[in-house]
Amino acid sequence: MATVRLSFSPAPVHVRTARLVGVAVARRAGVREDLLDEVRLAIGEACTRAVALHRQYGVAEPVLVEMSDSGTYSVRVVDRAPIEASIGLAALDADQLANESLNEDDLTTGVGFALLAGFVEDLQVRPVDEGIGTEVRMVWPVNR
Amino acid sequence: MELSLATRTVGEHTVLEVGGEVDVYTAPRLRERLLELIDAGARHVVVDLGRVDFLDSTGLGVLVGALKRLRTADGTFALVCDKEPLLKIFRITALDQVFPLHPTVEAATGTGQ
Repeated sequence: MATVRLSFSPAPVHVRTARLVGVAVARRAGVREDLLDEVRLAIGEACTRAVALHRQYGVAEPVLVEMSDSGTYSVRVVDRAPIEASIGLAALDADQLANESLNEDDLTTGVGFALLAGFVEDLQVRPVDEGIGTEVRMVWPVNR
Repeated sequence: MELSLATRTVGEHTVLEVGGEVDVYTAPRLRERLLELIDAGARHVVVDLGRVDFLDSTGLGVLVGALKRLRTADGTFALVCDKEPLLKIFRITALDQVFPLHPTVEAATGTGQ
């Protein structure tokens, strides 16, 4: 089992770094080439969500990304924002998306969840085991 | 890859060519440019995503924001996109039912047909 851990200050500029590392480790782990775009997008969305929550709640602690290739390729993205703020929100339908009263932040959050749910078959969003925060756990199959 | 933005005029349409990665870091620049264009009087805006190689929810939020702003101003907003990975993003989010999506700038602007 090999694990790569990355933690970064909750700033948008670092999300790209997390995507690049996540895809590099996925490739190394044996995730199919045609899934890598989806891996890149999903890790980006999970990190974007974590950064947004940290900024919204003034949490200066770093966002943690942990990648592991033990049998499958699994990625955990851990935030430290209050839990009640970070779980939920179903995918929006076309009428809701086009509704004038929906603000851009809420729309982005809804679309982000739709992308995570749409691109990651094995997805869990749950409270962290210790302390405050949420983890987004995503798993992809690997070819060995 | 860095975000690139270039504007040109096709008939009554303002075409914004976007290239590179549109994400949580670069999307504010796209939002700023779209607002500048609309504030300067553009009412028929086409965003060409032909050279975009990454687009996330933040970028999609910016595009929806521009669509709503133009609709309020009696304008039009359309996207040019023919890359399957990006089209899949629009389908998964149901935004393919919100945006007029065209395969080419000519189709979006009604020219060259």
